Amino acid sequence: MVARLEGSGVLLAIDRVLLHERTGAAALNSLAATGRTPLDPARVFAMIDHIVDTRPGRTDATTIAGGEAFIRETRAACETAGIRLFDIDDPAQGIMHVVSPELGLVQPGMTLVAPDSHTCTQGAIGAYAFGVGTSEVEHAIATGTLRLTKPRSMRVWIEGQLGEMVTAKDLALALISGHGSDGGRGHAVEFAGPAVEGLSIESRMTLCNMATEFSAVAGFIAPDDKLFDWLHGRPLAPTDALWGQALAHWRTLRTDDGAAFDAEITLDAATVSPMISWGTSPSASSGIDQAVPTSAPRAMLDYMALEPGRPLAGLPIDAAFIGSCTNARLSDLERAAGVVRGKHLASGVRGIVVPGSMEVRRQAEAMGLDRIFTDAGFEWRLSGCSLCFYAGGEGFAPGARVVSSTNRNFVGRQGPGVRTHIASPETVAASAIAGCLADPRKVLAHA
Amino acid sequence: MPEPFTALTGIAAPLLIDNLDTDTIIPSREMRTTGRTGLKDGLFAPLRYLDADAREEDPAFVLNQPPYRGAQILLGGANFGCGSSREHAVWALAEYGVRAIIAPSFAPIFAGNCVRNGIVPVVLPAGEVTKLAEAGEPVTLSLEAMAVTTASQRFPFTLAEDDRQMLLHGLDAIDLTFRHQPQIAAWLKQDRAARPWVYA
Repeated sequence: MVARLEGSGVLLAIDRVLLHERTGAAALNSLAATGRTPLDPARVFAMIDHIVDTRPGRTDATTIAGGEAFIRETRAACETAGIRLFDIDDPAQGIMHVVSPELGLVQPGMTLVAPDSHTCTQGAIGAYAFGVGTSEVEHAIATGTLRLTKPRSMRVWIEGQLGEMVTAKDLALALISGHGSDGGRGHAVEFAGPAVEGLSIESRMTLCNMATEFSAVAGFIAPDDKLFDWLHGRPLAPTDALWGQALAHWRTLRTDDGAAFDAEITLDAATVSPMISWGTSPSASSGIDQAVPTSAPRAMLDYMALEPGRPLAGLPIDAAFIGSCTNARLSDLERAAGVVRGKHLASGVRGIVVPGSMEVRRQAEAMGLDRIFTDAGFEWRLSGCSLCFYAGGEGFAPGARVVSSTNRNFVGRQGPGVRTHIASPETVAASAIAGCLADPRKVLAHA
Repeated sequence: MPEPFTALTGIAAPLLIDNLDTDTIIPSREMRTTGRTGLKDGLFAPLRYLDADAREEDPAFVLNQPPYRGAQILLGGANFGCGSSREHAVWALAEYGVRAIIAPSFAPIFAGNCVRNGIVPVVLPAGEVTKLAEAGEPVTLSLEAMAVTTASQRFPFTLAEDDRQMLLHGLDAIDLTFRHQPQIAAWLKQDRAARPWVYA
């Protein structure tokens, strides 16, 4: 904290700012237009991920009309401002919330902001990371700070063991469906408890990613030895003496035992099934072994073409998408490939896999995961946000029912009239093979 | 720089939908230029038009109905502005002329974007928002009195003081923060010594 402001406000130092091509030019150009310059451009990084084409052989041309301008203007503005850009052809290119942890760019105890709501993903690295608008990004770049009001604190304590084929995504959807899309409003949420400690670092990112769908200000997990081992040796992580110094500091970043929270929620992981959304908000989700609730809002069901009481499993699908900052890391692809291995997409179902970063793509290819997917009939793409959201270019057909490892099932999110069901990569893979929403535990049992 | 806001009286358009997301306020496909303008026609495109490409209006949508067309005040549902952090949602609202939104709760990023663009995010309990919608009377919103009033009702609200000052005076947040430059420099000096790896 740099200074106290009037009332309960504080001026908080921001250690890292990330930009992307959708709004990077807007922020940097507006900064330049007011004659301001970045306080410390070396602590600002930019990615090309939001609207970049993910089909092989891509260029600056995008599937959305006029998209090239966003890429080119961001590139030019970064060059002028002296900001490192992970460009389309950079080996480290990928989705910002996959790339930043992968590079060790985000570290425990750091404050990090980006003009993207899923910035909370990076709270899994023990950072205070949150999404902001373009004006706030400009403010952070110009001053190295943000004017904030301290949020209330919430702890989500998750105990018990995850069942087979139950993942961090299912925990997140269970939490949000249980407490509402605004269940975390006004709070910075710490995820803790034995089940959280037991999650891999990549799964922790999936859990924190969904904090914004809970309307939380931020989501984070206390750093531990598992995280320190994971970070060690990453390209932008501290080395040598600095590593030791950083590690000593990071070990102090724990919530005090017995600390009081403004709100506490407890969830038993053992009670959670693989989840699937049936409505147009992440809170409108149920276990895959359940039916559409009789209490489901009519407008949601009309859009989704569903009837109350209809079992979710068995609902025919048109497409399956595995990708996004939520669920496109190596372990996500490995688990999905484990379901797909030796099988083929159901007839008439389109399957697409978009690795979270080009590094994930290379590692997956070294393991032969790409072959498992392509042999099954999936498209194997280059990295980017891709079909997680529809920007006017590539999308699914109106009325298409899509099962997706992404984070939002809003009306029109993946294209006008598209009916999105969000789920874990396992559930998406199992559904792609079955041709309908499917319980990954059953697909596995029949293997 | 945002226009100062002291008080405003007008018809409040009811859009009482919970979890109204920023994809609905402005879809990604309506964000056609790299700037902050040219967005008002894309505002609420999925709700406002029967055919968005042809800009054929849906008469059922509240802002297409005569008393509410061009409304400067909106009444919203819980978790208003959830989803994507896109400030374009707020730029589109501001360009359309919206100066205040009254709702039971706001998504945090959206509320911050409102303040930075001179739009007042007013939190009132759901029951009070419903009463305002049902009464249909002109609403007066005052940042000096910190209350929403109609001919028959008065509902006080709160707002972080820093946000209130910025809205009241139309202040630029960056200019305001630059007044703390000596403190920022001092903080950086000590932090570079304490956490050198952050700056390596």
